[in-house]
Amino acid sequence: MADRWSAGVIPYAEMGYWQPDYEPKDTDLLCAFRVTPQDGVPPEEAGAAVAGESSTATWTVVWTDRLTTFDHYQAKCYRVEPVPGVEGQWIAYIAYDLDLFEEGSIANLTSSIIGNVFGFKPLKALRLEDMRIPPHYVKTFPGPPHGIVTEREYLNKFGRPLLGATTKPKLGLSARNYGRVVYEALRGGLDFTKDDENINSQPFMRWRDRYLACMEAVNRAQAETGEVKGHYLNVTAADMEDIYERAEFARELGSVIVMVDLTVGYTAIQSLSKWARRNGVILHLHRAGHATYTRQKNHGVSFRVISKWMRLAGVDHIHAGTVVGKLEGDPASVHGFYDVLRKGSYAADPSKGLYFDQEWVSMPATMPVASGGIHAGQMHQLLHHLGEDTVLQFGGGTIGHPMGIASGAEANRVAVESMIKARNEGRDYLTEGPEILRTAAKRNKPLDMALSTWGDVTFDYASTDTVDAVATPS
Amino acid sequence: MRITQGTFSFLPDLTDDEITAQIAYALEHGWPCSVEYTDDPHPRNTYWEMWGLPLFDLQDPAAVLDEVRACREEHPEHYVRVNAYDASLGRQTVALSFLVNRPSEEPGFRVDRQEGADRQVHYSIHPYATERPAGSRYAPSVPAARNGNGNGHGRG
Repeated sequence: MADRWSAGVIPYAEMGYWQPDYEPKDTDLLCAFRVTPQDGVPPEEAGAAVAGESSTATWTVVWTDRLTTFDHYQAKCYRVEPVPGVEGQWIAYIAYDLDLFEEGSIANLTSSIIGNVFGFKPLKALRLEDMRIPPHYVKTFPGPPHGIVTEREYLNKFGRPLLGATTKPKLGLSARNYGRVVYEALRGGLDFTKDDENINSQPFMRWRDRYLACMEAVNRAQAETGEVKGHYLNVTAADMEDIYERAEFARELGSVIVMVDLTVGYTAIQSLSKWARRNGVILHLHRAGHATYTRQKNHGVSFRVISKWMRLAGVDHIHAGTVVGKLEGDPASVHGFYDVLRKGSYAADPSKGLYFDQEWVSMPATMPVASGGIHAGQMHQLLHHLGEDTVLQFGGGTIGHPMGIASGAEANRVAVESMIKARNEGRDYLTEGPEILRTAAKRNKPLDMALSTWGDVTFDYASTDTVDAVATPS
Repeated sequence: MRITQGTFSFLPDLTDDEITAQIAYALEHGWPCSVEYTDDPHPRNTYWEMWGLPLFDLQDPAAVLDEVRACREEHPEHYVRVNAYDASLGRQTVALSFLVNRPSEEPGFRVDRQEGADRQVHYSIHPYATERPAGSRYAPSVPAARNGNGNGHGRG
């Protein structure tokens, strides 16, 4: 081992960051990275470099390592596997000891794992595909302030997906006009309406005016229907002081829910989650900006990892894809994201892009939200892909209805209730879906109009972010 | 108006056959059913009166429907709902909840507004029906003597 401590530069693999015999401990945090090494860099060295640069290493040997139990703190790349069917890419599996991370801090976890290494020159590209969070670390996070079960009990809504809509146009409405959209959509049959990610507090509508108008609308709609209703009041702002001020005002007005954008950062999300838990307000997260680093398959962070981090950070809702709508979302990958958010535990499943088993040790589930280019005519597909514990958000598909916003909302509600009823009656609703909807539309004009307006609209493009699993040849 | 609580309130009222199909779905999943009724339709009224205990041991959808019918007969002018309960770890909550009876007339709700400073308004939702005492809120009231064993729940 004398060479290990000679001054100068030696390969990471020879500094202890490549340990093919290492058996990960139950308490280790495990990562699967997709590495694309520069030409001439062996995959083991690339994996070791990632392990080194995301834990203790720097580019050269330092004698001060010898003042520590360095082999305890070193991350260890224990396996590299070629990506099936792709030249030049490997999946590197790396184990990290729990002592490397501060308890309950997404900021610390991410500064470690994705802090430096993504710009590392010996790699052409790097993607964090998945992360196994050991139960010991899961338990240091409070998780969602409410979770799916408590949210449903709070709203008194069971047995079907919840329905929502984002107010459109996203920008330009005055508070009074904005509240009109909210009222019509909620009284028509939706459970929630929503501010869009970029509705914060602009010259055409300041936040306080919007909150007052929306809560008038919410309360009127509750009286019209006898149901609990909510509007996601976006509290995203320039600093934490403003975020708290907006959240406090939403709470004073009796809103059941507030929302925040992913752009505020992990620490602000954890702060707001604490606030939401203290005040009994549901917390909705819009994943604004995520596709800048989640979409490209060779570089960035997979959304399944962001989903894990956000369940730990503690949000009650998160946008997680629609499969059939206008935004990126390969079916298998989206099923994986939904498992990450909703299940109590699950086994690794390459067909869904899940690299590791995950045990959530009773952490409440986060409700996935499907939003972007979906409509009532797809209800059977939405139920098939996304299941019951989800919020289906039909923005254009509610507000663009030719008979008006309330009719658009009614069409969506009739469609979802008809589909649930048919499924529960044992019908093959996926195959018979269009027929089930047509039958329901015979006695419901709004649904009939929705089907004739959007019935055959689809967004059929190839996905960018797909899973690698290939069927085993028989 | 027509209150739209419950999983199927936007569809025509379910027939007994349709109710039986939903009960069968619940029982197939291992979710016991319970029957509850109320004459206070406030959206925050969580605890409706229990029509006896949850039917943990009833595996026959027809037997559950009998309980629905009995409850409806005794409380024809109340809201009656069937809840299916999922006791599995991680859920331990209601899995399905739908109305199986509603009063012949539903007067609806009033919004009460309390105007405060700075344009703030505090709201409360007031069901018109609750202006009358429990038991006489909707047309023909049920005489107390018919309420079975006197625990107010209709049956022992």
